[in-house]
Amino acid sequence: MIYQGKQKIWSDYQKEIPSDRWFYVRSCIRQSFFPASEKYFLHICRDLLGKDIYETEHHTTCGGIAYHCDTIPQETAMTIVARQFALMTEAGYKNLVTSCITSFGNYTEILETWREFPELEARIRENLWKATRREFEKPEYVAHASDLVYKFRNEIAERAKYRLVDAQTGKALRIVEHIGCHYSKMFPHKGIGGAEYPCVLSGMVDSWGGEVVDYPERRHCCGFGFRQYLVKANRSYSVSNTHKKFESMEPYRPDAIITNCPGCPYFLDRWQYVIAEQTGKTYGEGGFGIPVFTYEEFAGLMLGIDPWDLGLQIHQVAVEPFLDKIGIEYDPKAKYLGLNKEEILRPGLPQRLKCF
Amino acid sequence: MIDFGFGLSRSSAVRLDEVDLSLYRKLEALEPGVRTCMACGSCTSTCTAGPWSGMSVRKVILNLQRGKNVSDMLQACMLCGKCTMVCPRGINTRHLILSLCRIYDEKK
Amino acid sequence: MDSRNILIIGGGVAGMEAAKQLYRLGYRPVIVEQSDHLGGHVAGWFKLFPDMLSASDLISQMEEGLDGVDVYLKTRVASMNRLKDGFSVVLSNGTGLLCQAVLIASGFNLFDASRKEEYGYGVYDHVITNADLEQWFRTGADPRVPEEPSTIAFVHCVGSRDLKAGNPQCSKVCCMTAIKQAIEMKEKFPQAEVWCFYMDLRLFGKKYEDFYINAQRDYGVHFVRGRVSEVSEDIDGKVMLKAEDTLAGTQVKLKTDLLVLMAGMLCNEDTSSLAAMVRASVDSDGFLRSRDNIYRINESSRPGVFFAGACTGTKTVPETVAEARAAALDIHNYLSGND
Repeated sequence: MIYQGKQKIWSDYQKEIPSDRWFYVRSCIRQSFFPASEKYFLHICRDLLGKDIYETEHHTTCGGIAYHCDTIPQETAMTIVARQFALMTEAGYKNLVTSCITSFGNYTEILETWREFPELEARIRENLWKATRREFEKPEYVAHASDLVYKFRNEIAERAKYRLVDAQTGKALRIVEHIGCHYSKMFPHKGIGGAEYPCVLSGMVDSWGGEVVDYPERRHCCGFGFRQYLVKANRSYSVSNTHKKFESMEPYRPDAIITNCPGCPYFLDRWQYVIAEQTGKTYGEGGFGIPVFTYEEFAGLMLGIDPWDLGLQIHQVAVEPFLDKIGIEYDPKAKYLGLNKEEILRPGLPQRLKCF
Repeated sequence: MIDFGFGLSRSSAVRLDEVDLSLYRKLEALEPGVRTCMACGSCTSTCTAGPWSGMSVRKVILNLQRGKNVSDMLQACMLCGKCTMVCPRGINTRHLILSLCRIYDEKK
Repeated sequence: MDSRNILIIGGGVAGMEAAKQLYRLGYRPVIVEQSDHLGGHVAGWFKLFPDMLSASDLISQMEEGLDGVDVYLKTRVASMNRLKDGFSVVLSNGTGLLCQAVLIASGFNLFDASRKEEYGYGVYDHVITNADLEQWFRTGADPRVPEEPSTIAFVHCVGSRDLKAGNPQCSKVCCMTAIKQAIEMKEKFPQAEVWCFYMDLRLFGKKYEDFYINAQRDYGVHFVRGRVSEVSEDIDGKVMLKAEDTLAGTQVKLKTDLLVLMAGMLCNEDTSSLAAMVRASVDSDGFLRSRDNIYRINESSRPGVFFAGACTGTKTVPETVAEARAAALDIHNYLSGND
């Protein structure tokens, strides 16, 4: 692998990201899948880096999930998106940052569609006005939250308590980066590093001390799809795609996976359980599987935030072996304590995949 | 093992560098003309047995090059020789089929 | 000796052959070549199909015909201005010339294979282009070519017939080049399995189809109809590629020790600025626009400006040589008032 070759490509795909004054829109599903990721993104940006990031309780789904499930037409999604733009305009912001990759793709696709078909934009403006009496300005910049973390990766590294390094051996941990499909496959120039060799996550891994694992199926979808998972009869090929990725990355013996999409970390994490129960096979060391993290969780861990505050007890694949490698302090007994420090229910443990 | 009501599917992708070419190599030795097939499909379009049985000399050759079993298809051949007449590369398809039958017979 | 100068832009096979013929006809051709050598792309090639003629022998032979011709290497045309009956030309080295006719023989650029990011040229250790392989045939020095490859794959149409790469036309010579190179590799490495991934095989020229049959029959080269869609590097550093075997309707993968990308031809990047200097027009494909593409390929729409070779479209070497001779004759007729 010729690193300079990738650098050359990265230089073609740099995007302008303003450093402040962002209007933040949350994901529909991340708060249940990774309950603390968005919270700590806001914490890192606002409290640590002192940025102005605004959100409003009036924000709703962007409609992307329904659009990709074929349950609403794109024009409905467009009108929903127009309403989010109106909220942003009313709040006085011009830079939109999304938590969700599919939202990012949805916003980008809609703006590109309006650029090509201005008459459609006019119709959507009319729809929004009729439905809500709202008007909007289009954002000047659209970024995914991982773009911002990428932009601030070195500031985070400067404040980090830990690095992606094996505390025993001093060696860089081997990290697989997985990019959500809707980040840059549709519009390579909208993603940092493009679609073929995106560097939004690998840049974080590099700057936080880890070693990026490049494996043959790196471009492959995590397997979520939308209907492909949501309809049970289709789940075979959802899990088969995930399996394909794990088979491809296994020889590289990765220590962890970092992702920037709502669906990917969920499926890369949960399907390891299903694969283990069905085939008896586990990936990673000692039968624990390969832990999967969001980039906010990674950033939070590096900054020394308590793993249980970051919500890592919600993961299927045990995170403890990974925390131990880095030497991150945590209280094993506190894993299933609620915010009030009282015991919450403990999950049943899988038969094949080792867990705590 | 838990039954989730769904499971891993087998990939239909073929790894070309791992294909078992032993049958194809035997056929090449008996009928070297097989190598010159350019997949024009003349043999298939004219095949007497084709429309009723799926027989296709083109597919026999291709499947063999991809390491697949073609013995079922061979059963359907009527050895009429029309494919030999139309092959632009002059492949002796009749000899090709008979040689392949012999290879499968020896395998039994 | 006729004292009339003829400016020839480009010292590849087209420019060299035209210069030789014009010199023999009694004119004073002046070759302006931006690189440090004559012979253009052909000078970087090892052997030429269909006769497997040595490219360097051909170039030496052509150079012999240039005794007495002025050649400026590492020189560009800085400006050209039309005068009443000719052109006033200034070269990048400061030389000024008065010319009665201009022959553009600026040729083509090889498609930059790194633009097809999915093939990993410049990123993966064992991915090279057709031109790199010819260079390796000549010098034997390229760390990307393994010592004893057991599998070698060729991808046809890299940057050709590719609307997304902005290059819709067929580059014409790559199918035949791939087959020639496949055979050459098979001769060097008889044990290796050699695979060609093609969309269509376009083997239109004399003896081309013979090469194809030889590659199949005598060398056992495998042909898969399907375009390689993505390439990656496996843990052992080998190249993994994916394609569809469209004749079988299945996805195929291949792990290979060496991947050769058949980079296509684009018009020379300087074509449009040259065209602008003499007000010649550029065609929709980016190449120079001939008066027509059947009978007046050598002629521009402007008097005194002529074309030869791949500046008007993708060409083989024999086509280029033939066009160069035709252009010389066209110029002779133009200057003799025979038009």
